[in-house]
Amino acid sequence: MDFDLTEDQRLLKESVDRLIADQYSFAQRKGYATETQGWSPKMWERFAEMGLLGLSFEETLGGFGGGPVETMIVMETFGRGLVLEPFFATVILGGGLLRRAGNAALQGALIPQVTAGKLKLAFAHVERQSRYNLSDVTATAKRQGSGYVLDGAKSVVLHGDCADKIFVTARISGERRDRDGVGLFLVDASSPGLTRRGYPTQDGLRAAEITLTGVRADAVSENAMPAIEHVIDEAIAALCAEAVGTMQVMHDTTLDYMKTRKQFGRAIGSFQVLQHRSVDMLVALEQARSMAMFAAVMASEENPIERKRSISAAKVQIGRSGKHVGQEAIQLHGGIGMTQEYSVGHSFKRMTMIEQMYGSADDHLSVLAKMGGLFGKAA
Amino acid sequence: MDLSFTPEELAFRAEARRFFNAEIPKSIRDKVAEGEGLTKDDMVTSQRILNARNWATVNWPVAVGGQDWSPVQVYLYQDEMQLAHCPAPIGFNVSMVGPVIAQFGNEAQKSYFLPKTANADIWWCQGFSEPGSGSDLASLRTKAERVGDKYVVNGQKTWTTLAQYADWIFCLVRTDSSVKQQEGISFLLIDMKTPGITVRPIITIDGGREVNEVFFDNVEVPAENLVGQENKGWDYAKFLLGNERTGIARVGMSKAKVIRIKELAALEFAGERPLIEDSRFQEKLAAVEIELKALEMTQLRVVADERKMAKGRQNPASSILKLKGSVIQQQLTELLMEVVGPYVMPYQRDFDGNNEPAIGPDYASEAAPMYFNYRKVSIYGGSNEIQHNIIAKAILGL
Repeated sequence: MDFDLTEDQRLLKESVDRLIADQYSFAQRKGYATETQGWSPKMWERFAEMGLLGLSFEETLGGFGGGPVETMIVMETFGRGLVLEPFFATVILGGGLLRRAGNAALQGALIPQVTAGKLKLAFAHVERQSRYNLSDVTATAKRQGSGYVLDGAKSVVLHGDCADKIFVTARISGERRDRDGVGLFLVDASSPGLTRRGYPTQDGLRAAEITLTGVRADAVSENAMPAIEHVIDEAIAALCAEAVGTMQVMHDTTLDYMKTRKQFGRAIGSFQVLQHRSVDMLVALEQARSMAMFAAVMASEENPIERKRSISAAKVQIGRSGKHVGQEAIQLHGGIGMTQEYSVGHSFKRMTMIEQMYGSADDHLSVLAKMGGLFGKAA
Repeated sequence: MDLSFTPEELAFRAEARRFFNAEIPKSIRDKVAEGEGLTKDDMVTSQRILNARNWATVNWPVAVGGQDWSPVQVYLYQDEMQLAHCPAPIGFNVSMVGPVIAQFGNEAQKSYFLPKTANADIWWCQGFSEPGSGSDLASLRTKAERVGDKYVVNGQKTWTTLAQYADWIFCLVRTDSSVKQQEGISFLLIDMKTPGITVRPIITIDGGREVNEVFFDNVEVPAENLVGQENKGWDYAKFLLGNERTGIARVGMSKAKVIRIKELAALEFAGERPLIEDSRFQEKLAAVEIELKALEMTQLRVVADERKMAKGRQNPASSILKLKGSVIQQQLTELLMEVVGPYVMPYQRDFDGNNEPAIGPDYASEAAPMYFNYRKVSIYGGSNEIQHNIIAKAILGL
């Protein structure tokens, strides 16, 4: 058992930390958000130069051979900076699907482009009615010649507005919520019949509503749910790490504020009632950090039951801790925490959106409870 | 980062599991599983089995019978001990006074007390708290006056756990009232059979006798029973209280309780189906399990950090373990009571020594007393509010 980072991991952490510290201040981020696409193409190039976009691909495929721990390191730091670029959509979701569902030819063709920052990906899966049920897919895929024709509508596709290629799910066979029969397709964003409506999300990132009308596509996988579930579990682990970074910043910012803000002639951090609340924020943060580590370690678990159990447990902890830390951060700041011009509210908003992604705390609690919890006789 | 244990650590874990299950009598472990009170004899028996293998005092310096284990091994030892429902070695002996004597006692004290303390030939109790000094320990007033080669002790201690079993008491006493509170305290070892000592039970809300008041009326104590230097007792007490928090999260014990709750919830019915299939109950239990898993990970992080810290230095993160661990222990007693249902009601403690069969299922009678009793865990060892103060100061710098 070892919580230490390897030498390579330590160097990765140092370089990403430095990047965010130097180039992702709150003011700089505000600048990036005003660029045409809502994020900074220059920063995207930096990510590529630093190897971050190829981080999670195997070295034989032109990547850097990182695993969930490397992802955790990067995402935690990105969570501190509230990174706007489509890293999660391209590398975690798109890259994950390439790794887990793509064949060698597709991987060989696309991974070098992703790694070089030349190809942005997105994953159009969730639909209006599906909420957090990953198998609930009504978009249809009808066989035509050697390929398929896709029809349907996809909701809140993260960074779907700027993606060059989009992974799309559609039902090849079975009923609406069947786990079997869901196909995975890769389409060009410019495909005839594909329309997208981009918009900002509450946390300052971007997403799109996408409609498919007779879009022609080849199948990446004709029964994609096992791969999709694994990718989403990895994505949740990555979000947990991001959330820890975001919570850390909220905790640090609040603590600094408590030490400098004076009321009644003394620093508000000298008041015991506020000290104890700050301690509760720390405890929530540390419990979340522990579970984000657990999620990172379990994300590569091949047994889907054990993996799901652990990932759901982590998402519950992150949701509960995140809400607590976020709400307290605003409250302990008082009025200044309510303003757009102050950073803490932006962290709070990102944290709140993470809670809505891939299952809320309550949703995952119910999943875990039905699976019989975490501890059994063999514990 | 690698959360798997090494093959050596796994082998150690397996051996610990085998040992606790095979060597500690099942009759004793069953009592622990059901939350029944242990007799003095149970605890002494269990400790002597551990001590025969040199596993009772693993935290002591190697020279006086401790083990040179890694923090991971210590963790696995505690975890397996708790999972097997094995009683922990007597805390007053092993975690508290033993390390103090080993560190600060003279050679005569070490050679007389340590072997007896390790083997539970002496049962120690702790004379720290007083009626007027709870969380503010340094305000204690029990006085020890030096007269010739003796101290004459007068005063009162309270919350003295299992003083009714104790052969000796280690006491903080005031030896100088003219200086700053912390600088006039000494650490004294007192034989409980000394004339002038009276022990009076305090019955707690669960109906149990776990704690006592101890009165000292002109109790004469040989000066050779002073540990270390006069008026340095506060330093030794701080050393001792630092040790008290290791393993305070009681993760293994809580894991064992979760498993027990699941077993019992499969026997009790909610409507037509076992309670364990009730989704509301499942979710309540799962919510506690998640906090417990997070706490286990946090504890492992603290354990890993300790490897890099100077020995004996207190990691302030252990306050987090105390805070979370105590709340989880309390939540589990609450859930256990909920599992039992109406048969928590019969009060059966007065039936001791009575041969009539128990009322209701075997596992029912201790559910409510345990819930009542466990309110203590957020109060003792520095209340959770004190832990908040410690974290605010030591970690947050407030």
